[in-house]
This record gives sequence, structure tokens and C-alpha cells, in this order.
Amino acid sequence: MIDIRHLQVTFHPGTPLENPALRGIDLHIPSGQFLTVIGSNGAGKSTLLNALAGEAPISGGSIAFDGQDVTRWGVAQRAAAVARVFQDPLAGTCGELTVEENLALAAARGRRRSLRSACHRGLRAEFQARLAQLGLGLENRLADRMSLLSGGQRQAVSLLMATLRPMRILLLDEHTAALDPRMADRVLALTRTLVAERQLTALMVTHSLRQALDVGERTVMLHQGRVAFDIAGPERTRLDVPDLLRLFEDRAGETLADDALLLG
Amino acid sequence: MSSIALLGALEIGLLFGLVALGVYLSFRVLQFPDLTVDGSFPLGAAVAATLIVHSVNPWLATLAAAAAGALAGLTTAWLHLRLGILHLLASILTMIALYSINLRIMGRPNIALLGEPTVLSPLQDGSIPSYVLTPLAFAVAVFALKWLLDRFLNAEVGLALRATGANPRMARAQGIRTERAILLGLALSNALVALAGALFAQSQGSADVTLGVGVIVVGLAAVIGGEALLNPRSVAWATTACIVGSLLYRLLVALALNVELFGLQAQDLNLLTAVLVASALALPRWRAGRSLRRNGPSDD
Repeated sequence: MIDIRHLQVTFHPGTPLENPALRGIDLHIPSGQFLTVIGSNGAGKSTLLNALAGEAPISGGSIAFDGQDVTRWGVAQRAAAVARVFQDPLAGTCGELTVEENLALAAARGRRRSLRSACHRGLRAEFQARLAQLGLGLENRLADRMSLLSGGQRQAVSLLMATLRPMRILLLDEHTAALDPRMADRVLALTRTLVAERQLTALMVTHSLRQALDVGERTVMLHQGRVAFDIAGPERTRLDVPDLLRLFEDRAGETLADDALLLG
Repeated sequence: MSSIALLGALEIGLLFGLVALGVYLSFRVLQFPDLTVDGSFPLGAAVAATLIVHSVNPWLATLAAAAAGALAGLTTAWLHLRLGILHLLASILTMIALYSINLRIMGRPNIALLGEPTVLSPLQDGSIPSYVLTPLAFAVAVFALKWLLDRFLNAEVGLALRATGANPRMARAQGIRTERAILLGLALSNALVALAGALFAQSQGSADVTLGVGVIVVGLAAVIGGEALLNPRSVAWATTACIVGSLLYRLLVALALNVELFGLQAQDLNLLTAVLVASALALPRWRAGRSLRRNGPSDD
């Protein structure tokens, strides 16, 4: 499904600020796999997701979806195949637009936009049904501005927006990190349901080692722009958080000083 | 103030309502501060007037003026998107260039349209005086265009434009080609403004290369004034606010200039405009400050 070969991303090349964020990543992610990505700050987790979405300046290597090379494709061009949920609930939705307008934007992702009314009646009924499934009472707030919703509600809507249209790849960038624990659990449960129902290929960046092991079927740890380890199957099932920490310290050759990772 | 002066103010207010709709599209929908307007308004006047004196059908001439405006908007968008020039500066460059282009189009600083057929000519034959019919016709035309613009902004393409202005990163993630959205938005915006210029020249009987001075400020005054007054929550209300703001601005100006009491003269117009815009901009802040004093500091 996703083939990443020797992927390199360097920010500000040729300047004193030159920052090699990804230094040659090789990953093959089969169709329908749910993969979690961990790593300390600056390891390149978000950059990897941005590179897959088409937002990061790729300086070397290639990315292919289903055998098609998309390395040079822009964000909008990849949007037919890729949907994403950002860490910041404000980033993934438009606060100035209403809930139904946000959903309508996502309902047209990956196809030509027409001069037809964006929120016609049929679509509205579908939105209502989908929102009702969230169990947050949002089905009665279609005409409310997105900015009136809480962070958790916005993130739940973001997730719904990501899955409104058929797509192959779901990118989740610490999408529960900004939420309170109860809402985070709820959004995570929703994520698992959606990924399982649609058999999506999903990458989830997380700061929580617990979450990294509990969710999905494969875990990749990045360190300084490289893959530090990549585990799946029974080997992964046997692991617990302390094992994961030890594994990391082995591979990275240093102790982990990131509280967020330890506490997660 | 005489009723003729009042109707004249309404007539110009309605035309500048079109300018306000254009400014709303660039400044508010796309959040692109576009000063091209100061050049595209006289561009519309120049194209329409030149074609009319060359015996082109006035309707065709008006349409050509709008198309020329669209081209001016595309130029600004292109300067910004392809050459990476700051949006404000890109629009100033187009505006400056248009001054020369407008002189080239007209071949002289102004063109009189007296005695020429215009789109308003049919209104002059009836028993009702044209100074009553013209504002009526403009009202119908402006509200029809406003309705079309509302439809457009609530359609899929228009919604993509609004998302591009409000959250470009999210828009791209939803598959919206934001560059195309900006090109389309600025073309439409300046087409509206040039159309206003073309109609202005025909209703005032002449086109002049200096027509454009301060058009952007008047357009902004209408947009901001209308917003301060109606506090719109939907597209339809926001566009209504643009037109209401424009009418109100013209009435205030006419009133200020006509009432002897203030001792204001025509040359004080720009100063008056600046004061009006500044007051409209300060109004939300002033309101917030007042409620703050009354209710104590709030969280937001």
C-alpha cells in the first residue's frame, strides 16, 4: 500500500538553519495495517506524516501509494487518497464555517467541486446520521459555527470529516493529545472503530507508549530521523511499556529523557 | 437635502455596493488585502467608455469591462502566487500599472459619454424621470448580483474559496487547490469592481483616469460599516451588510456635505471617509471595552 524508500526531508537546506528531519526512512505498510509511530521530540514523527500528506519538502527518496509514485504530488492532489486529523483541533476544521459547511468541504474531497449548493438536503440528512453516531449531541448543531464547539467535539468532527469520503490512508498526528482524558478515550475508541470498519491503512503518531502498544498492530519508533525499531505480531503483543522503553534505550544508545513519553 | 441629491446618493451608493461586494470577496472571504480595486474601477470605466465611443453595443462594452477587471485580479493573484510577491504589494503594483494602462486604453485622461447610447439609455424615454428610474434599475441589478454571489459562496466552489481564506492548510488537506481558489476569487472580485466602474461612467456620463482614487477605502468603509451595523453571521447577511454599508456611507457623506451646519465642503470628502472608516473599525473595540467595564474581565 504505502512504500517509503530512503525518504529524506531537510528543512532550510543550504542555510545555517539546515535541519535534516528525516535521514532515510524505509517503510513498507501493507493495505489495512494500523501502525503507531512513537519517538522523542524532534525524532521526525510529524515530519513523516507531513511527507505522506505532501506538506514536507522531500529532498530524497520516494513515496508510492499502491505502486503509484506520489513523491512530487501536492497536498490537494494527494487528498483523494489521504485524509488526516491534526493534533490541534483548530487546525483540522474551519472555526468560521458552520459544522455542516465543514462536513460539506470534506464530503467533496478528492472530486471536482461544482456550483451546486454545498449543503443540500440529502447531504444534511447524511451528516445528521453520521454525527448522531458520535453520541455527542452534535446532530442538532449543524448550523452552529465550528468555533462554538469544544476541542474534543471539533476533533471528533475532524475524524468524521476524514472518513466521509472513500480514501485509503488515514494520518493521525497526536490527535488526542490536546483533549481531556475522557474525550481522548472517546476519540480514540471512535478512531479504532472507523479504522476497523473501513479497513483503512492508518498511521497514528502518539506520545503515549501505552497507546502505541494498545492501538493498532505494528509500532515504529523513530529516532533522529531514522527508524529505531519496527515491531509487529507476537513480538509486539508480549511487550509492555517498560520493555518498550528498554528497547528504545538499546537502539538509540541513550536514556529517554522525555517525560511525556514516560508518563503516557 | 433635495430629493434629487438623495436619489443621486442612492444611485452611487448602490454602485459602490458592487465595489463593496468585491472588497468583501477579497478582504473577508479570501483574507487577501487587495488594493487592485483602485485600478480596476477606472479600468472598467475606461474599457466601457472607450468601446461605447467606438460604437460597440453598451451591454457588450459593460461585459468587456467586467472581463478586463477579472484579468486585473488574475494579474495580482499571479504576482502573489507565482512570483511570491507579498499580497498587498502585488496589488499595489497592479494598481500602479493600471493607471498607465487606463490612459493607454482611453488615449486621453477622460472620455465624455454625453449623447452616446449607454445601458441606461432606455430609462430616459419614459414618463418617469431617469433620476428615479436609474437608482431603481441599479437596485434590481445589484441585488440580483448579490443573490448570485450568495448562491456561489454557498456552492461547493464558493465554500472552497471561504475555506481557503479561513484555513488554507485545512483547505488543502480537503483537496482544495488553494492557488486556484485565490485566482478565481480575485478575478471575480475585480470583475465586480470593474463592472461598477463601467456603470459609474455610464451613469455619470464620463470616464476619467482619476476615478479610482480612494475606491478601496470607500469599499472598505462600506464592508466594515455594514458589519459594525448588522453583525452578520451568514454569507447572505454579510453581502446585505456590504450594500447597506455602502448606501449608508453615501447618505452620510451627502448629509455632511449638504448640511450647512457642519461647514464641510467637497474637498473634505476623503478626510470624512477616513474618519468614518476609523470609527467603524474602532466600534467593536469600543463595544468590547464598554462591556468589559460593566461585567469585569472575561476569559476570551
